Amino acid sequence: MKELKPLDMMAGCDCKPKTVREAREQLRAQRAEVRRAESEAREKRVAEALAPPSTLPGKLGLASAALIIWWNLYGMLPDIARFLTQGVFGLDLSSHLGASVEFFLYDTPKVLMLLTLIVFFVGVLRSFFTPERTRRLLAGKSEAAGNVLAALLGIVTPFCSCSAVPLFIGFLSAGVPLGVTFSFLISAPMVNEVAVVLLYGLLGWKVAAIYMGTGLAVAMVSGFVIGRLRLERHVEDWVQAVRSENLAGGGDEAEPLGWAERIDAGALAVRDIVGKVWLWVVAGIAVGAGIHGYVPEGMLASIMGREAWWSVPAAVAIGIPMYSNAAGIVPVAQALLGKGAALGTVLAFMMAVIALSLPEMVILRKVLKPRLLAAFVGVVGLGILLVGFLFNAIL
Amino acid sequence: MDIKVLGPGCPKCHETEKLVREAVAEASVQAQVTKVSDFQEMARLGVFATPAVMVDGKVRVSGKVPSKKEILAWLGR
Repeated sequence: MKELKPLDMMAGCDCKPKTVREAREQLRAQRAEVRRAESEAREKRVAEALAPPSTLPGKLGLASAALIIWWNLYGMLPDIARFLTQGVFGLDLSSHLGASVEFFLYDTPKVLMLLTLIVFFVGVLRSFFTPERTRRLLAGKSEAAGNVLAALLGIVTPFCSCSAVPLFIGFLSAGVPLGVTFSFLISAPMVNEVAVVLLYGLLGWKVAAIYMGTGLAVAMVSGFVIGRLRLERHVEDWVQAVRSENLAGGGDEAEPLGWAERIDAGALAVRDIVGKVWLWVVAGIAVGAGIHGYVPEGMLASIMGREAWWSVPAAVAIGIPMYSNAAGIVPVAQALLGKGAALGTVLAFMMAVIALSLPEMVILRKVLKPRLLAAFVGVVGLGILLVGFLFNAIL
Repeated sequence: MDIKVLGPGCPKCHETEKLVREAVAEASVQAQVTKVSDFQEMARLGVFATPAVMVDGKVRVSGKVPSKKEILAWLGR
């Protein structure tokens, strides 16, 4: 057996250090490598621990925990706002600036928290109502009952304004009457959870309830009237062709969802909707806070108040071509009301802006002949006008 | 593979098209992605809610933006 000499042991090993310094550097590099691997493993463990749970009990637990935190925090908001205004900023609550700052610090988190909660639950609820299911529910309904059901389904059916035309064709092809289809198309964009939550948070539950109730009424009645006008032949001819050849109804049914997916749908809705509108809300409340503290009440009373009857048709005429979503228009409504505009006038303006718009008319023109389009705008506009006059008269 | 993204051109439809193209690139499958924005064509294909995605003639989703995980599943990944 050959005796190993120290030199032989190192032979063939190309990592043999030539100098002490090189040996140290090598060692240091190895240690750094180990440290990096360790920290990567740790980051992975942390990420796994923080990732949303993928099982149903995990999701339910997380949702309940969030709800408990929400509830407690919501109750503390007035105290937090007062503490920040008085204690941290050192402002007097009875001063103009103090009142504005407290209003802003209280209302912003309040409205955003309400919005998150409601959007989550509506997101879960919406996962039960696909457009296909709504269409099946409405097919073959008689007119009056169909109009009521269509307006109500408009609240819970997921709807994107750019979907209006395909939905219109889909409803008609499934045998949904024209007037019932319009009830749905009017209600879906106008009566939605963002509008109602913002109105509740900024203007109180009464205004929110009035908006929701009259919005539904306008959708039901306008759809019914359009149905009575017997304008079916004023739908573009190619749509009628689809109707006869596709009566069996296309569109494959999606697979039924489990509760884990429904909770995901709620979370997704929060990320999507709250992520998009929060800036509007903050800006709107900032304006509202300024008005709250500074602008004298009754400034707009002479031009938009109850006595100025012509302000309602003017508000509708200005509002119809304008395009904005609920998030953009509610803070404006709040500002108008704060300066002394009448509730009926402001409601009519809001509804005209949200329900009817020039871009929507351009899209609908592809499926509606001019006469039916004019009837649609005319009937809905008239309905909104009546709402405006009604509330200016009774309130 | 023939993939159709249906939508008239709203932000959600653009997002869907982007996700589908990303998923196709990730899954490295041979696929032809086309955008359908004509209402008449949509109605002919039997789609009544947008955005919608069809893979090889079958409607996979309509009325919402699919997640990338879903799209990858349709592509067989």
